[in-house]
Order: sequence, then C-alpha cells, then structure tokens
Amino acid sequence: MKHKDNYLFDNPKNVQRLLRVFYFCCAVLVGLELVVHRHTEHAWEGLFGFYPLYGFVGCVVLVVVAKWMRVLLMRPEDYYQASTDDADKDNANQRAVDVEQGRAQP
Amino acid sequence: MILIPPFIAFFVAAALVLLLRGWPRALLTILVPLVSLANLWGTPAGEYATVSLMQFELVFFSVDRLSLLFGYLFHVAAMIAVIYSLHVRDTLQQAASLLYAGSALGAVFAGDLLTLFIFWELLALTSVFLVWARRSAASYGAGLRYLIMHILSGLLLLVGIVIYSRTDPSLTLGPIGLESGAAGWLMFIAFGIKCAFPFFHSWLTDAYPESTPTGTVFLSAFTTKVAVYALARTFPGTELLVYIGAAMACFPIFYAVIENDLRRVLAYSLINQLGFMVVGIGIGTALAINGAVAHAFNDVIFKGLLFMSMGAVLHVTGKINGSELGGLYKTMPKTTVLCIIGAASISAFPLFSGFVSKSMVMSAALQNGYDWVWLILLFASAGVFHHAGIKIPYFAFFAHDSGIRAQEPPRNMLLAMTIAAALCLLVGIYPQALYQLLPYEVAYTPYDTTHVLTQLQLLFFSALAFVWLNLRRLYPPELPSVNLDVDWFYRRLFPSAGSRIGGGILRLDSRLRAAARSGASSLVDAVSSHHKPEGLLARNWLTGSMVAGVVLLLGFYLLLGFAL
Repeated sequence: MKHKDNYLFDNPKNVQRLLRVFYFCCAVLVGLELVVHRHTEHAWEGLFGFYPLYGFVGCVVLVVVAKWMRVLLMRPEDYYQASTDDADKDNANQRAVDVEQGRAQP
Repeated sequence: MILIPPFIAFFVAAALVLLLRGWPRALLTILVPLVSLANLWGTPAGEYATVSLMQFELVFFSVDRLSLLFGYLFHVAAMIAVIYSLHVRDTLQQAASLLYAGSALGAVFAGDLLTLFIFWELLALTSVFLVWARRSAASYGAGLRYLIMHILSGLLLLVGIVIYSRTDPSLTLGPIGLESGAAGWLMFIAFGIKCAFPFFHSWLTDAYPESTPTGTVFLSAFTTKVAVYALARTFPGTELLVYIGAAMACFPIFYAVIENDLRRVLAYSLINQLGFMVVGIGIGTALAINGAVAHAFNDVIFKGLLFMSMGAVLHVTGKINGSELGGLYKTMPKTTVLCIIGAASISAFPLFSGFVSKSMVMSAALQNGYDWVWLILLFASAGVFHHAGIKIPYFAFFAHDSGIRAQEPPRNMLLAMTIAAALCLLVGIYPQALYQLLPYEVAYTPYDTTHVLTQLQLLFFSALAFVWLNLRRLYPPELPSVNLDVDWFYRRLFPSAGSRIGGGILRLDSRLRAAARSGASSLVDAVSSHHKPEGLLARNWLTGSMVAGVVLLLGFYLLLGFAL
C-alpha cells in the first residue's frame, strides 16, 4: 500500500504508548482498592484483588480451554459440504459395485 | 390513540410493500414503526381486540407493563433495522422483515396461549425467508434446518396447549410452572427451543450467520426475545431456569473464542446474553425479573449494533471471517467507533447500557444464595468482554493489516448504527429512562463506587489477559475452520448413520433378491432337466412296460378290495 505509516497504529510507538496507558490504568484500578472502601455482598468479593485476579485468570483459562477444544472440535471449512458429497459418492460407489456383481439393475 | 393490535399495521405495510417501489416504499417502512410506536405509547393496561373463536376467546391486544416494554423495544428494533436496510432492493426481504417484526409484536401482545401459538408459528414462517434471502446453497440448508427446529417448537407448544386446556380451558397467558405436568414441560421445551437452551441452540448459530447482512439484524432482535418474554410470563421463578441460564451464559464463550466467522461469534454471544436473562427469570424476584427484562431491552440494541457493524463490514468487503479481515479502522473509522460502542455496551462498561442491567441479575443471584451461579455469571461477564468486546473489533478493524481498503458503508447503515449507539449511551448514562418502564418498581442504583470500581477491574484485567496472551503469541489465531457443535448430530451423524443403515438395508435387500432368484432358477433347472430330451419324464416308454404298470395297479386295487 502507498499510505504506509500514515495510519495511527502502523507506528509501533503508538501501540507501545497505548499499552503503557493501559498498564497504568490497570495499576491504578488495583491501587484504588486500597483507598476506596468497598461494600461487598459476598465474602469472596472482599478479598483483596478478587475481581482483577478473577478476570485475568478466568480469561486465561477460557482461552486455554478453547484452544484445547480446537483439537477436538475443529474441522476443515468445507466439512459439512464435503460430508454430503462424500455420502453421495459412497452411495454411488456402492451402487456401482452392486451393479457390477449383478445385485442391482444398472 | 387507536386501540388496534400493532401487528396489523405491520402486516398491512408488508402488503403495501409489494405494491410500492422506490422512495414511497422506503417512507412507508420507516413511518410504520414510528407511527405505530407513537400510537402505542402509554396505552393503558387492559385487554383489547378480543375475538371469539368456537369456545375460545382470542385476545390479540393484552397490555400490561411487561408486554408494553417489549412492544416499545420491538418497535425501536424494527425502526433501526428498517433504516439499516433501506438500501436493499429486495421485495422479498422487505416484506418478510415487516411480517416478521409484526409477528413478534403479535406474540408479545397475545393475551392467551392460542394467540401466542399463532404468532409463534408466524415468527418461524416469516423469519426463515430472511435466512433464505441470502440465496446461497449454505443459507438454503441452514434455513431448512432452522425452519424444522421452529416448527418442532410450535408443535410442542400446540400439544402442550391442548393438554393444558383440559385443566384451564380459558388458556389465559399467565404463570404455568413445571408443576402442571406434561403440559408444562412441553411448553417449557417449546419455549426453550426458541430461547436457544443448550442442545437446542444450534439453529441459532447455524442460521443467523448465513442470513443477509440486513436480515441478521432483524433475526437477532425478535425470535429469542419473544421466547424470553414467553418464559417471563409463564415460568417466572422456575429454579431449573437458573442452571440452564448459567450453562447458556458459560459454554458459548468458549466457542466464540475459536470461531472464525465474526457474525457466528456474535451469535454465540447472543446465547451468552440470553443466559443472563434466563437466570433472571429463573430467580423470579422483582429485581431479577426487572434485570432480565432490562437486559433483553439493552441486548436487542447493542447486539443489533454489533450485528449491524459486522453486517456493514460484510456489505462493503464481502468477507466476514476474522482470518480474512483486519486493519479496517484505516478507512472505516466511523464504523469502527460505532462497533466499539456496541462492544463496550455488551461488555457492561460503566456509562454503557449493559452496565445498568446485567448487574441487576447478578445482584439478584447473590441475594438469593446462588453463589456458584454468580461466580459463573462473573466468569461469563469477563468472557463476553474477551470475545465480543475485544475480539470482534480487534480482528475486524485492527489486528494484522489485511490490505482491504473498504470505504464506509452507505449512509443509512451509518445512521441506523448511530441511533443504536446513541440509545446504548442514553440508557447507560441515564438508566432511569429504562428503569421507569420496567414491570416492577426499581430501587436499584447501578452507579456506586464499588460497582464501578469492581466492574472496571474485572474488565481491565480481562483485557490484560488478552494483551498478555497476544504478546506471548498464545492467543488462538483465527483459522478458516468449522467447529463441531450440537448440529453435528443432525448434520453429520444422523445423515451418515441414515445412509449407512439405508445402504445396509439396500444391500440386504439385493442379497435376498439374488438368493431368491438363484433358488427359483435352480428349481426351474431341476424341473426342466426332467422334461428335456432324455429327461425322466420325456423319455419314450415301451407298450409292454405300460401294460405291466396297469396290471400292477389293478393288482393293488384287488388287494385293497380284499383288505377292506
């Protein structure tokens, strides 16, 4: 493309800047927990850093499990189209064999 | 104010769409939801438009706070979706979408079960044309499967109603509960199919992404929300719903993470959001029902907005797979911003609409002692941000540069998205606007320091997980693929098992025939061997031996004569 480096995130520095602001926000949010008095409804909620930890660990677990699911569940894109074709092909082949062996009318 | 059921206006408009062309048609399709909404606004509670049919009393326009809220919602959704699809030159789609919106309105204002059933079936029959409107082989198949599931749901509902009519002949639409036995269970499953309960959900993820860019926006708004409405009417406080809802909130997010078709990701996250509503209905307290209904309202708007932004991407690029997109923010900044507003709303960021409704359900779960369900919902909230909040905008508009330099979508699409985004912000910033329409009095304040802080912590650290996984290259890349889901059973297992069994029967049949044929031919051979020349029965016989035979026979008779 002609307009290289013209767009905001084509410059890696901008990405770095964004990430740094983001890390800072994360740190501030955890820090605020020390300052702000939280009224919690549940014992677990009251633990220090419960929400940040739960969010982070939850998402990592989510992604790890999803990646593992891929091993089990992922199929090529034309899986369902291929399946019907295969079924048709199977039937056609079987029929050809039958005809050959005189079990069916051609 | 004219007291006619709103669906009539939509049905008449759909008929007129067939006659009109060009701007009169466009004007009509915009005016119908607008005028109808203005007419509906503030209709006093009561039952109108009752028709006697045999011994049944059909109530077509039953108004209370719950049905009125869904009525408003469907009008707003129809208006946004109509504006979004103004550029479409397809009479079939435009007529079908008005009929579909009308059917949804008919269903929420139905005062009795029979009327509900009529519109329940109409919803299926009208919406399937929006799937087929894509006019591809994939959409044809998906539409057929969609139709079969929904007709099945309608049949179960009908049988349930017939059984139910023996205990309650009035068929009033009210709390039924699972205690009412078979009738209750049949209706529960019928609603469950339309509400995408686990194992009944794959019609949704199968058909919605196969529809047209505009059709999906209509589809995402109505069918499932009518089911939520029906459940809220008939099964509030059914504990089973809490666990079903928790499962619905949880399992689709795993699929959403690995799905490549971005509209299918949204379809999974639609089930995830329905999970929150179903939990709310299952808890059944005033706060929980309010939360479920409020979340249904918000979900239609923000999920519509997300589907619209992805529809816009599909419309201008012709691609929707995450693996083929990326870097679109460069030439589509407006769509990007609108999509991010939708993503922030579904993720329940403070000041966006999801924040003020999702937490009502979670609060209710904690108050009623469903600690584990609350934890699951919290996980689902983090997960929804992960896959819908980050993944959708990231892979479509940022990520690696796909080299596509598509222009912004048509102005009507941008306008519709802007209206939806404005509503997301309006409800997020001024939740009272929505709260005052809810079925019960609301004594809930979403904006307190604890809630804002904890929610922000949860979301920022979910995002941190995404950033970390991405930088460490642990995040699963978008791959062109199909992920097996429940639909595998009826798309792969049953057909192949069926063709195996059918093939087996055919082979057995041809073997039996061959055996019978060879048996018959050996019989014929045996018979003919006796009759051919030199055969036993075709030989020449001597006259003498014949006479000897006759003498033997006569001798035998003689013996018999003496013996007897």
